[in-house]
Amino acid sequence: MKISVQREDFDSGLEIRHLSGNGKIGAIASFVGLVREVPMTLEHYAGMTEREIAKIVEEAKTRWKVSDASVIHRYGELQPGDQIVLVAVASAHRGDAFAACEFIMDYLKTRAPFWKKEHRDEGPNWVEAKSSDDDAAGRWDAAAKKKAG
Amino acid sequence: MKVKVLFFAALREQLGTSGEEIELPSGVSTVAGLREHLKSRGGAFEKAFGQKTLVRTAVNQDMVQAGARIKAGDEVAFFPPVTGG
Repeated sequence: MKISVQREDFDSGLEIRHLSGNGKIGAIASFVGLVREVPMTLEHYAGMTEREIAKIVEEAKTRWKVSDASVIHRYGELQPGDQIVLVAVASAHRGDAFAACEFIMDYLKTRAPFWKKEHRDEGPNWVEAKSSDDDAAGRWDAAAKKKAG
Repeated sequence: MKVKVLFFAALREQLGTSGEEIELPSGVSTVAGLREHLKSRGGAFEKAFGQKTLVRTAVNQDMVQAGARIKAGDEVAFFPPVTGG
């Protein structure tokens, strides 16, 4: 399990190869988020960020069979095309790997204390939270209730 | 009772500070109480803490609701809804 909140870029190929499975994993699903169109500064709450991501990964492990996972999130000044976040999940089968990867990403967007400030031509602007992100995270609760009920 | 208060992102800029140590008036023992106390300072604080739904709170780095209790030495962080990922 690797969780890193860092200023530096990352090599997603390297991170994926470092996921461990001792020959028992059959699938690795990964997601890489990039800066789109506008330069930005990412601020975070050092300490809490790592704790929140760890909680999200632990939650994913209670819902799916997760053999290993790696979550890397950058902060600081980022340019269009730069990598922001990596979520990679290793599991025995692809279903669990895909679902856990998407779940971690959805929860990260609504729970991990990061804030984006975009630097547009007309001036800097803090990005507002989107209700569509809350909806994306909320559907996992609905799915869990349906499964339980 | 002293607590450490932190502000992040747009809230930090609005208030012009990233945080401070605050001596709480007696009777203030919850997040809601602390918010009211900060709001009573007026100016940017009144404006920021007047819009309740737009400010989230964490106590000792765990997200909490307004009714959560606070005690001496706690780290109480206020911030806008998160926008990472």
